[in-house]
Amino acid sequence: MQVEVRVKLKQQVLDPQGEAIRRVLAGLGYSEVEQVRVGKLMLLEVAGGDAKKVRTRVEEACREVLANTVIEEFEVRLP
Amino acid sequence: MSAGRRRPRVAVVIFPGSNCDRDTLVAVEEVGGEAVPVWHQDVNLAGCGAVILPGGFSYGDYLRAGAMAAHSPVMAAVRRHAEEGGPVLGICNGFQMLLEIGLLPGAMLMNRTLRFICRDVHLRVERDGMPLLGHLRRGQVLRLPIAHKEGNWFAPPEVVREVESAGAVALRYCAPDGRLDDGANPNGALNAIAGLVNAAGNVLGLMPHPERRVRSLVGGEDGAALMRALVEAA
Repeated sequence: MQVEVRVKLKQQVLDPQGEAIRRVLAGLGYSEVEQVRVGKLMLLEVAGGDAKKVRTRVEEACREVLANTVIEEFEVRLP
Repeated sequence: MSAGRRRPRVAVVIFPGSNCDRDTLVAVEEVGGEAVPVWHQDVNLAGCGAVILPGGFSYGDYLRAGAMAAHSPVMAAVRRHAEEGGPVLGICNGFQMLLEIGLLPGAMLMNRTLRFICRDVHLRVERDGMPLLGHLRRGQVLRLPIAHKEGNWFAPPEVVREVESAGAVALRYCAPDGRLDDGANPNGALNAIAGLVNAAGNVLGLMPHPERRVRSLVGGEDGAALMRALVEAA
């Protein structure tokens, strides 16, 4: 199954990249955009049909390597 | 060096994408050590008494700077070496690896300017009597080059407090006269932290590149003290 992993900086961590994008958007007239946060999207093709097991394993991988939980939070989405 | 006396052996770990490994090997020899290249797939440190994780872009900085290298086979040996009290020096990308494997606290964010910064900075020594800081004294100002895009050290407030109260800060970015000044902080690192040392004092990570300053011919010798301290601790 395809598992979606979203990793983004925690809300309390400044995201200078997101802020730069917000400024560009404002310059282009999208002044209603109040905040931009940049993250990563990873699509994992995972063998096995047990959704609960797959989620446990992928979350384990997130904590071990895919996300740095000092600065980032992750979200695992199954189909 | 007298004939027959063995020079301290220092491992320099080479990852795919390391680019300061050659400079580091040369710098170790320059200050009297025997530099031993160790491949990231190796499972031991070739009997070396100290290890350096050099700068560069291991694994192209994929995922996060230092994140992939942190899971290389050799890192288990580095961790064991560190836990047994062996000296470890992480320079730039090597510092990022030490954060990723949790030997030092915090994490690196992108520089607040969003730019790769390659220039000299001034650094204030924050600790006395640390073997890995050698003869450097608290308050002394060094001038060393930095070259990174992810050097904006960050940690949650409680970790920052812990780091400060434990005296884990080895180096801070400062003005040429040693004053702490936000304008002298090149990347936005919290509390201008440029280098950290662990509680036992045997693991040092720093963003600047001491290996690039071991000879006046290449712009200064301020890095030699740090390189020599590691070799002497080996």
